[in-house]
Amino acid sequence: MKRFLAWATIGLAVVYFFLPLLGMLEFSLKMRRGAYSLDAYRSVIGDPQFQATFGYSVLMACLTIIFGVLVVVPTVFWVRLKLPRLRPVMEFITLLTLVIPPIVIVFGYIRLFNTSSWLPLTGSTFGTDILLICGYAVLSLPYMYRAVDTGLAAIDLATLTEAAQSLGAGWITVLARVILPNVLVAVLSGAFLTFAIVIGEYVFAALLDRPAFGPYLVWAGGNKAYEPAALAVITFALTWACMLLIQLATKFSQHTRSPR
Amino acid sequence: MRSSRQRLTLPWNGLGALPFLLFALLFLLLPTANIVAGAFVDGSGGFTLQNIANLFTPEILKAFGLSVKLSLTSALIGCALGFAVALAVVLGGLPTWLRGIVMTFSGVTSNFAGVPLAFAYVATLGRVGFVTLLLRDWFGVNIYALGFNMISFWGLTAAYVFFQIPLMVLIITPAIDGLRREWREAAEALGATGGQYWRMVALPVLGPSLLGTLALLFANAFGAVATAIALTGSLLSIAPILLFNQIRGDVLQDPHLGYALAFGMIVITGISNGVYVVMRSRAERWIK
Repeated sequence: MKRFLAWATIGLAVVYFFLPLLGMLEFSLKMRRGAYSLDAYRSVIGDPQFQATFGYSVLMACLTIIFGVLVVVPTVFWVRLKLPRLRPVMEFITLLTLVIPPIVIVFGYIRLFNTSSWLPLTGSTFGTDILLICGYAVLSLPYMYRAVDTGLAAIDLATLTEAAQSLGAGWITVLARVILPNVLVAVLSGAFLTFAIVIGEYVFAALLDRPAFGPYLVWAGGNKAYEPAALAVITFALTWACMLLIQLATKFSQHTRSPR
Repeated sequence: MRSSRQRLTLPWNGLGALPFLLFALLFLLLPTANIVAGAFVDGSGGFTLQNIANLFTPEILKAFGLSVKLSLTSALIGCALGFAVALAVVLGGLPTWLRGIVMTFSGVTSNFAGVPLAFAYVATLGRVGFVTLLLRDWFGVNIYALGFNMISFWGLTAAYVFFQIPLMVLIITPAIDGLRREWREAAEALGATGGQYWRMVALPVLGPSLLGTLALLFANAFGAVATAIALTGSLLSIAPILLFNQIRGDVLQDPHLGYALAFGMIVITGISNGVYVVMRSRAERWIK
């Protein structure tokens, strides 16, 4: 009886979640009248605007990941090793990124970094890109922080650091060649999640007026019929790829660790 | 040597966290403080409560009311259905491989929000959507003739539930894992029925987790903009869309009203996240 109920629940959930996915897939194949075809995909991928915005968002995602790793890994390492009293502060800041809606954060950026301010980032294209990367780093901070913090909790930081230092390693060497390889899996999970969040992000890109994939999606939604469904399929596939890569990274690490 | 190093320890250690704190200050704290301060300042820079008072117009109150209703409804539905799925996976006696699939799938769909979700939704329940045509051709049911409208409260709620359920599954599953087998056995040894065990042991233990996650789902829906914009083209007046249009410079002539709107949103998500934090610390009392 219990098992039947459980299967029924899962069955209903499968129907609820797969109908929209199936609907989107089916719709994306219907561009040619009377037959299923990949025309919508061909049209999307051939669109120079798709190529430009998608490329831009991929670049932004990669830069966000690099920036996020550079900011989060040394800080979490340092706080765990030397400043445990600062942990609640870190937790609080991380929580704040979930409390304050993204639209409010970007509103703050527009006001704080406008052309007549002390740091006129929104005045130039380059400055706005920097601002966008920092904003995305804020959005992905809770995920990156959680991943790296859990990763670092699993290793003996003090011993590893002292061992490396007694062999003559400086801080940079300790971080890059001892700590980072040990938490690589955690960093990768954070990175893929960041990628999934940034690639289709809309509010930041739209309000900072940058040609990213998110605003292109909205534009396509208003102006095309079958392409949006194809775009949704592509985005969904990307999100899947990111999650599978996280799982793969975790599995891989378990294999390397088990012989010990 | 040693004494000089000792003296240097304190400031140097503090310096290590400086880049992060500077980053948080510049790109999170100051921008938010700027908005909050702006909500209490008038055109000439003096302190005022007028901006907050200006929020109390029928139009803005209605937008906030609709937002709260939308977030609460989608959070409640997401909570209930997500809980059912998590229960089925953890306690339903299903094969273990299923759990991994459900968790990964939840990870994917909880992140599949925003614009693509709106597209999937249109392709499914739009006027020529997959399910719309399916119902019409196979069952003779025309949902649009029955008054269904995607750009409506229930239309948007149904779309939001799509990312609320997986989020609930992800957060509540570890809590259900935390229910000890001994508790159930102890309850049964004392003569409790299954219903009594759930009512008097399991649900009180899970209560804080459930309430906390509900608060988190609420905040999650409240701050969401992209799905609503892609779906309704900023037609539906909910609080974040009002703010979006205000920042774009379309409506409300008074810029300080924008600050007040944003402040109102922070207050609401702040309260619900506060509930989440308090409830999580209560829930952790049982997970030792």
